[in-house]
Amino acid sequence: MIEVENLTKKYGDARGINDVTFTVEKGEVLGFLGPNGAGKTTTMRILTCFMPATSGKAKIAGFDVFEDSLEVRKRIGYLPESVPLYTDMQVPVYLEFVAGLKGVDRRDVKRRVSHVMDDCALNAVSKKYIGELSKGYRQRVGLAQALINDPEVLILDEPTIGLDPRQIIEIRSLIKSLGGRRTVILSTHILPEVSMICQRVVIINEGRLVAVDTPQNLTAQLQRSQQILIRVGGPEKEVLSEVGKINGVSRVSVKENGADNINAYLIELKKDMVDAGKDIPPVIVRKNWSLHEMRPVGMSLEDIFIKLVTEEKIN
Amino acid sequence: MRNFYLIFLKELRSYFNSPIAFVVITIFLVLSGYFFYNLFATFSTVSFQVMTQPMLARQYNQLNITEMVVRPLFSNLSLFMLIMLPMLTMRMFSEEKKSGTIELLLTYPVKDSEVILGKFAGCMGIFTIMILLTVPCFILIGIFGEPEMGVIVSGYVGLFLMGAAFISLGIFASSITENQIVAAVLSFGSLLIFFMMGYSAGFAGESVGSILKYLSFMPHLYNFAKGVLDTEDIMYYFLFILFCIFLNMRTLESKRWRG
Ligand SMILES: Nc1ncnc2c1ncn2[C@@H]1O[C@H](COP(=O)(O)OP(=O)(O)OP(=O)(O)O)[C@@H](O)[C@H]1O
Ligand SMILES: [Mg+2]
Repeated sequence: MIEVENLTKKYGDARGINDVTFTVEKGEVLGFLGPNGAGKTTTMRILTCFMPATSGKAKIAGFDVFEDSLEVRKRIGYLPESVPLYTDMQVPVYLEFVAGLKGVDRRDVKRRVSHVMDDCALNAVSKKYIGELSKGYRQRVGLAQALINDPEVLILDEPTIGLDPRQIIEIRSLIKSLGGRRTVILSTHILPEVSMICQRVVIINEGRLVAVDTPQNLTAQLQRSQQILIRVGGPEKEVLSEVGKINGVSRVSVKENGADNINAYLIELKKDMVDAGKDIPPVIVRKNWSLHEMRPVGMSLEDIFIKLVTEEKIN
Repeated sequence: MRNFYLIFLKELRSYFNSPIAFVVITIFLVLSGYFFYNLFATFSTVSFQVMTQPMLARQYNQLNITEMVVRPLFSNLSLFMLIMLPMLTMRMFSEEKKSGTIELLLTYPVKDSEVILGKFAGCMGIFTIMILLTVPCFILIGIFGEPEMGVIVSGYVGLFLMGAAFISLGIFASSITENQIVAAVLSFGSLLIFFMMGYSAGFAGESVGSILKYLSFMPHLYNFAKGVLDTEDIMYYFLFILFCIFLNMRTLESKRWRG
């Protein structure tokens, strides 16, 4: 549905994005992840035909964003990062205006407007001017205008920013429910959001693509350098040195001090010796210490993200 | 066509949702009313003097309401338009650029020409209301004197075309900057140059002079005020407007090209 090939954008001499390539299948929800200034907004602006790329190609539904801009624009709903709206219009009037511009059938306009106002929980502000709305409500109006023509492709730049927790949940489930029928690209800084609603993640850093995969794969791939948490009753110094001696363990540290000398330790295993974990209990038994807990520590998407982004820099 | 109409309506509405239309129209009418009063009062004083002292009539070889009130009033109105219309047009694209709404507007399936013409028509709407509100001045003139109707009609046609030219240039100026003040100064300055260009025609050689004279607003306005509806003058305004709209489309397009 969306094909991006070697997309590059330069702002004068400054870097925007560099040689970005990825595709999105129909019905997929793709998360766009990256630190500030990574190039997420830049990529989205190119995809929505607001800005041309310096080189490379991008196609939506088979139409080139540059050559067939009008055809592309008929098929997308876009929520820009800053949510720019006409502040001097009332919410339903604004939505009717957008519906018209997006080519919604005249007879359907009223129905579509009330539909998206329900979906985005806007009925409470139906008499207000957009300029009087709070940030969260503006965000919802922005989302509503993107959804108004029920587009095939939705491009949402940080859609849940500024919403209250309940609304975040509602909007997330709304986006999730759109997937399947609609293709969605969304950018975000909230990582759990990505594992919650996206089938695939694109991680981008300093304008370059760092990883494209499912959230599960990304997690699994990086969990090979595993960490194990144990809770052991025994003298702290001795535990640290004995466990540290095990072949394959790269580092042991005290995570938490408990009562009765029962402490939690974090053990990091060397990347290529992840099964060294099996040698830990025998040592503890041999020393006659008590083993209260032993479990692998999963890396959260946050850890992976930071790891990918910083590894990239070291290379 | 539907997009054009929607943008036209939106622009018209937003003029009335803000104080801009109200302030611009009011100041324009106050200025016009004041100058109309002056012209009219002068005319009636002079007429009265001439009536009592027929000898004076020789000094005023054209004691005629068309010459003394209608024509000067039209050239005053054109001057006020020169001052007020850049205030109407300055926000057209600058505001959208500054607030970022242009990002959404340009990613809707709308042609650039529809956007520009819609905005142009919105401005023309306000401007039309503005000059229609000056009609009472001419009705008063009609009640107290016998002006030449032809001159009034062609004068209005001239004003209307000139206003359209001012607006097209103003909207173009606002499309090249995101700062409204810069847009207003740009359009006011360049309109003033077009206004005055004819003056330098006298001392710039013959061929250059005639070009300058043709490009200037003045001689065309003068023809309309004489009551002459010449196709050449009408063409002049049409070409001027088309050229500005063309430049405007280029700026929007180059935004898509160069970002
Ligand atoms: N109009 C512009 N002119 C010059 N440079 C720009 C412009 N817009 C963006 N950039 C630069 O391009 C790079 C990518 O910016 P972009 O806005 O795409 O980042 P982002 O991933 O959306 O960041 P954020 O998470 O902060 O929204 C940044 O280094 C930024 O400084
Ligand atoms: Mg951004």
